[in-house]
Amino acid sequence: MKTFTKAALAVAAFGVVAGNAQAGTLQDVMAKGHVQCGISTGVPGFAFTDDAGNWQGFDPAVCQAVAAAIFGDASAVKYTTTTGKTRFTALASGEVDMLARNTTWTFSRDTDLQFEFTGVNYYDGQGFMVSKDLGVSSAKDLDGASVCIQTGTTTELNLADFFRSNGMSYEAVPIETNDEARTNYTAGRCDIYTTDASGLAATRSTLDDPSAHVIMPEIISKEPLGPLVRHGDHQWGDVVRWVLNALITAEELGVTQANVDEMAAGTNNPEINRMLGAEGDLGAMTGLPKDFGHQAIKAVGNYGEIFERFIGPSTPIGLERGLNALWTQGGILYSPPFR
Amino acid sequence: MTDATVLTKPSDAFSLTKLWYDKKYRSIILQMIAMALLFGAIFYLAGNAVSNLEKLGKTFGFDFLWAPAGYDINQRLIEYDSRSSHFRAGLVGLLNTILIAVCGIILSTIIGFALGVMRLSPNWLVNRLSYCYIEFVRNVPVLVHILLIHGVIVTTLPRTKDALNFGDNFFLSNRGFFTPKPLAEPLFYVVTATFVAGILFAWYYRRGARIKQEKTGQQSPVFWVTLGAIIGAPIVAFIVTGMPLNWEIPELKGFNFKGGLALKPEFISLWLALSLYTAAFIGEIVRSGIEAVSHGQTEAASALGLPRGRTLNLVVIPQALRVIIPPLNSNYMNITKNSSLAIAIGYMDVVATIGGISLNQTGREMECMIIVLGIYLALSLMISSVMNWYNNRIKLVER
Repeated sequence: MKTFTKAALAVAAFGVVAGNAQAGTLQDVMAKGHVQCGISTGVPGFAFTDDAGNWQGFDPAVCQAVAAAIFGDASAVKYTTTTGKTRFTALASGEVDMLARNTTWTFSRDTDLQFEFTGVNYYDGQGFMVSKDLGVSSAKDLDGASVCIQTGTTTELNLADFFRSNGMSYEAVPIETNDEARTNYTAGRCDIYTTDASGLAATRSTLDDPSAHVIMPEIISKEPLGPLVRHGDHQWGDVVRWVLNALITAEELGVTQANVDEMAAGTNNPEINRMLGAEGDLGAMTGLPKDFGHQAIKAVGNYGEIFERFIGPSTPIGLERGLNALWTQGGILYSPPFR
Repeated sequence: MTDATVLTKPSDAFSLTKLWYDKKYRSIILQMIAMALLFGAIFYLAGNAVSNLEKLGKTFGFDFLWAPAGYDINQRLIEYDSRSSHFRAGLVGLLNTILIAVCGIILSTIIGFALGVMRLSPNWLVNRLSYCYIEFVRNVPVLVHILLIHGVIVTTLPRTKDALNFGDNFFLSNRGFFTPKPLAEPLFYVVTATFVAGILFAWYYRRGARIKQEKTGQQSPVFWVTLGAIIGAPIVAFIVTGMPLNWEIPELKGFNFKGGLALKPEFISLWLALSLYTAAFIGEIVRSGIEAVSHGQTEAASALGLPRGRTLNLVVIPQALRVIIPPLNSNYMNITKNSSLAIAIGYMDVVATIGGISLNQTGREMECMIIVLGIYLALSLMISSVMNWYNNRIKLVER
């Protein structure tokens, strides 16, 4: 029996930690020439493949910005699609260098799962989508309903808590991906689909008749979504964090994809100069080229532009900025200074 | 020493070349090398795992099992809610795995035997029908069957509000098949007791009948007595005690049917897919088993004047079973292991609970996978030992 235990341990070990996870991710990335980025299997607006078959969207844009910051080339990214359940194993085992796939920053993921969230690129909350035919106006009327839910997510736990604290029963219909959830929801296997409100908006936009479905006013949780890396490699964590901050700061300071080249030549705002590399050498402090901010913004635009391009009011997803507006404009998006 | 003696009596003295050229030594050495390689690989991998876990700063332990799981499970055989522990979630999953395995084994055996017999039928249509079924089903991966049946159930069956109604008691919709649920009144234990007593009596009676037949050659009506004791007596007891059984009828309330028993689409599709798929293999096994009994045996039996039914029961089936049981064993294990595909459609088996959601929420990949591995190993060994016991019972007894 002892041999069995050993064999079991070894087999499991081989599957889980085949790739070595260790410090020096930035060096590894530079050596292999691309960033290996874990993304979702597809959420309209947030991660989708374009006509040419390349991954685009609100989340891959972060990966592209990181690649541009390191290599000056936004296409130096390779993507690994992960489900809600496989994502953490993929990151922990070193299969991917970073995750950018609407992942909620929570205490236990930060500490127990040993990940480092490098900021928040979308402040979200969990909501419910139902068909208008059901005539339900509040989430409190959902007693006894069947709920489609993606397994392995925080939404699964929030849902259990919400129904429990309101003394209601429900039937959980566990689903692996967003596409499956849509199929089951449209077929009527479940009455409700629950996930982050942004994901609901995205999914609703792909239904046959989006106007026949409503997203309930109740938001039952806080879901700060952001990119994350493994614990223990602070340099790599800093790289991802400050590339994201550069995108946010760029919007605040009015640096756009269109004017970044011009501004990189030098402006009379020292912070812009520091961020774009015209003054000082902030990049070197974290092992990046001097013009990392310039390259990142040139590749994907500032935060506002990314938002507008993929999920903003002018897209089919139609999300308002809301909480995700800059702190100067009534939102809570706030980047520490480049100094 | 002359050459002649060397030829007839090889020297027993040890020499290095002997290690390789002597068959006995060589096999020992080869086994030692194989063992060394195996253990080397195991130690390398285990050591690698330990050092990688250290690098990640992860600890190894099973304490997480007692923390609240936090998630809900819609299909369960025992009490469970989101405040229960991960251990209990795993238990719910394990019971679901066992449920699907047992149901799958029963249904696939029934369908499989029918297919095997049909396959041997002289009727061209019946024979071809079985042949086409087997060839189609077993050449398509079981996962495809599962997804196909699930898709058909969810998309083609009516929604809850328009559920197919069978006599106001049974309802079928894309949320599952709802049946009345029996609720036992206190007196029902009399019926249960009668049933158990019936089984004991039947066993005792059969034994007596066999001894009597061996002694005197007289036969007893074993079948009818068994039927009466196990089924008839409990029915009489049920009627005499005034039918102490209530039915909880499922009722449409709000979004879903409430009350009664529910077979969820996930369970139905997994059960059907596994059974239909494995039945195709069992059908072929049954056919080979029956064909392995030479026709001479049947002819000899009829020459002795045995009627057809007895020929089948006493001559053909016992010999066919010897061929059928060992491969049947491995198919039963396949059902159990294939049930882990439940995860594709969201049936909450042990892989989906402890090896899925618990793993994901706690980040204990290694521990959860070891648990899942151990469970499947134990289940397979259990099936195997039961089947081996049965195989030993029916195998050829040489006198």
